[in-house]
Amino acid sequence: MQRFIRVLAAVLAATFAAVPPPSLAQQTPPSPAPSAGPTPGPGAVSAANTDPYPSTYVPFPSRPLLIKNATLLTAAGPVVRNGSILVRNGKIAAVGASIGTPADAVEVVDARGKYVTPGIVDIHSHMGDYPAPGVSAHSDGNEATNPNTANVWAEHSVWPQDPQFPRALAGGVTTVQVLPGSANLIGGRSAILKVVPARTVQAMKFPGARYGLKMACGENPKRVYAQRGPSTRMGNMAGYRAAWIAAEAYKRRWDAWNATHRGDLPQRDLALETLAGALRGDIYVHMHCYRADEMAQVIDMSHEFGYKVRAFHHAVEAYKIADLLAKEGIIATMWADWGGFKMEALDSVRANIGLVDAAGARATIHSDDPSGIQRLNQEVAKAMFAAKRAGLPVTEDVAVKWMTINPAYALGLDDRIGSLEPGKNADLVLWDGDPFSVYTHAEKTWVDGALLYDRDDPQQNWKTDFELGYVRSAVRK
Amino acid sequence: MTMRTMLAAMALASALALPATALARAETVAITGGTVYPVSGPRIPNGTVVIRDGRIAAVGANVAIPVGARRIDARGKIVTPGIINAQTELGLVEVGGERSTRNISGRGIVNADFRPWEGFFSGSAYIASTREDGITTVGIFPTGGLVSGQAAAMDLADGTAAEMVRKAPVGVVATIVTGPRFTSDVDEMTAGDTETAGGGELAQPPASRADALAALRELLEDARFYEWRRARYDSGTLRGLIASRHALEALLDVVKRRQPLIVTADRLDDIDAMVRFARAERIRLVIAGGAEAWKIAPRLAAAHVAVITGAMNNIPETFDRLGQRQDNAALLRRAGVQVALIGNAGGGADEETFNVRNVKYEAGNAVAYGMSHDDALRAVTLGPATILGIADRVGSLAPGKDANLVVWSGDPFEFSTSAEHVFVRGREYRDRSRQDQLIDRYRHLPRTNN
Repeated sequence: MQRFIRVLAAVLAATFAAVPPPSLAQQTPPSPAPSAGPTPGPGAVSAANTDPYPSTYVPFPSRPLLIKNATLLTAAGPVVRNGSILVRNGKIAAVGASIGTPADAVEVVDARGKYVTPGIVDIHSHMGDYPAPGVSAHSDGNEATNPNTANVWAEHSVWPQDPQFPRALAGGVTTVQVLPGSANLIGGRSAILKVVPARTVQAMKFPGARYGLKMACGENPKRVYAQRGPSTRMGNMAGYRAAWIAAEAYKRRWDAWNATHRGDLPQRDLALETLAGALRGDIYVHMHCYRADEMAQVIDMSHEFGYKVRAFHHAVEAYKIADLLAKEGIIATMWADWGGFKMEALDSVRANIGLVDAAGARATIHSDDPSGIQRLNQEVAKAMFAAKRAGLPVTEDVAVKWMTINPAYALGLDDRIGSLEPGKNADLVLWDGDPFSVYTHAEKTWVDGALLYDRDDPQQNWKTDFELGYVRSAVRK
Repeated sequence: MTMRTMLAAMALASALALPATALARAETVAITGGTVYPVSGPRIPNGTVVIRDGRIAAVGANVAIPVGARRIDARGKIVTPGIINAQTELGLVEVGGERSTRNISGRGIVNADFRPWEGFFSGSAYIASTREDGITTVGIFPTGGLVSGQAAAMDLADGTAAEMVRKAPVGVVATIVTGPRFTSDVDEMTAGDTETAGGGELAQPPASRADALAALRELLEDARFYEWRRARYDSGTLRGLIASRHALEALLDVVKRRQPLIVTADRLDDIDAMVRFARAERIRLVIAGGAEAWKIAPRLAAAHVAVITGAMNNIPETFDRLGQRQDNAALLRRAGVQVALIGNAGGGADEETFNVRNVKYEAGNAVAYGMSHDDALRAVTLGPATILGIADRVGSLAPGKDANLVVWSGDPFEFSTSAEHVFVRGREYRDRSRQDQLIDRYRHLPRTNN
């Protein structure tokens, strides 16, 4: 694993010398027609996903890899016993029960008795924004200065040296959505990150991922803004609606200008730009909402303004309206068993995820926690067995989706990650046993085919700058 | 009655022990054919456990089954003592965010006389949901202040708070971790009022860890000083003391070694300082939290200092816990330290009420990080029972012990396992928890046209 450290240095050097990736050029706003007067700079034009802080991520070097004799939880079909996975150029080249050993498979991992799953995707994390150690100087997750901070972007708070990142990777997590906190009605944009060592957040950003917008229901905003408002749930709703009304007007002004490129540029507004992006469907709405009745009100609001809620987060009472979520095509992302810490969390049940899944809605696990993120397999196990106890016929090949392809879908990345299928990014986790056993560890984690965590080689694993001289032991040994 | 004898009588009355009548209504049960883990002795394949009059009447491979006993066929199953979670907020905090449901803090900086079990909520919805997962006894700990109050052990049986008490007090809880842990609910409510404390009493929380240690030293010193001068105290001719009369009386339990001082300490230096402090003061010490305890595990073992900690913590989440690692508990146990495993090392949110039940998964994770399965089972049964001073009654399966025990469908630490029969004080509990009832209600949708 010495090579890993050297490779890291080389890739970092290369990353900073690299030209902007093609995605930037593709997403540059339309240049104004010559007749439109002075040419505005890109910062003056309002369009969703103009990508002014582009990803500089480059996959770490990898060699062709064959994992054989594994139990594969593919998240794309039934469990494959004694299966193999072939990885080439950072992508999954082949998956199945019978793959020969190709001549170019330099690395061969015999996974007898072991399991392979796709890399875990957690769509609710605050890593980097609320890093460890939890000092006030690094409390960068809630811009709790206004109930509507649609103008802030979570990536501008992310500290890449957060020691929580390597621990998540050691738990098999390869992609995360870092969200602003839930103090505000509208919290700001999310960051979709690969869990990889980097000097900058740009080098962690998932290339081409679309932004999410964090919103929050219920108790948190009304508690934080009790003095100035909103202080009630009806105040919360009025606050969202006022924001959507302003966003709709903004979107209309810019749509008109974009269509003709004539007249003065409308004034750009960061908050309204993000909200207009959500109205256009370019930015996914991720809404923290516990109670069933509140989710139903938000669904009506989405109809009122013509946008879609991509996912309800926490969704402690999703099981009460699982049929409605299924009908609306809204994802519920949940804990296995957090509850009771406030009134809106009182009706938490461990069968929540299973009940939502059984009703035909998309269900996912999430952590919202730097400790829980290291054991999302265990959280899924709790949820799976609770569902079985409730009489639901949940199987391992379904449960694995709760931490892989379903959250990947929530990010709009299900065509690239989240399952073991040819053509997908080779984000893989090798487990030293059944991932739904309490005794099992993630043994190796690959991101885009590159081995970035190896439990058997603790000295070479990713250690953040902060840990040097402070944390003497290796990450997990 | 002098003040002194009255206080002594009060102290006696407050040291609750389980009345024999609490066990009266139980039936005679024979659990046969299971693999029995007595914890106090070796595993018994195909063993039998007989429960009678609320107590364990017999445990072994060749046990006569009393006539008329209800039989539970435990073939292929596992029988263990009821799980004990040593440090929780169960019954003290029902809904974390609702102050009206919080009864976990005393009013000041030194709350040694605060007895939270007297405000325990026997109607908590989490008693049934915790018990049905195989947890039969919990430690309840006060929080806030330099000295938070007294801890107690509660059985998860039906009854009033007083009837649920297994033993109280079981220790006096303090902290030398500065910062938010000093803040109690009451601190926030009465901010600015603390200056009114008179007679030289500690009016402000310690400003730093050495300040906290100095305050603890002075507290024990004043407790000893006060002990022999109660009459002068009552006549108002004694110098000012650092704490109230009741607080000093409670601290005398620590000074007299009747109760351990249970100190939250995470940093190596804090733990080391407390070990030295306990030796100098000749008091019994238990470390709670103990993130970096592994660094001096052999010394803790030699000093008979037990540690209450978790097995899932590996984040350098504060400057006190930079050395936190997941095999902390395993390293401590291997060095011979008495360990109680708890959820989230006492630092966390809902684990302390809603997920008190998850302590068995903490034990499973301890095994995954180097602890033997036997030691992990001990660390959620006999270990905490010993630390809480209740090992004579619960925490193991032996004749004469109170019948707190569980029949599991499999390995108690696995997610796939269910607690199939849960006995507390000899009675089997089968009630559906609030969470079960919610699942029953919403199992089929839509429930109505609405």
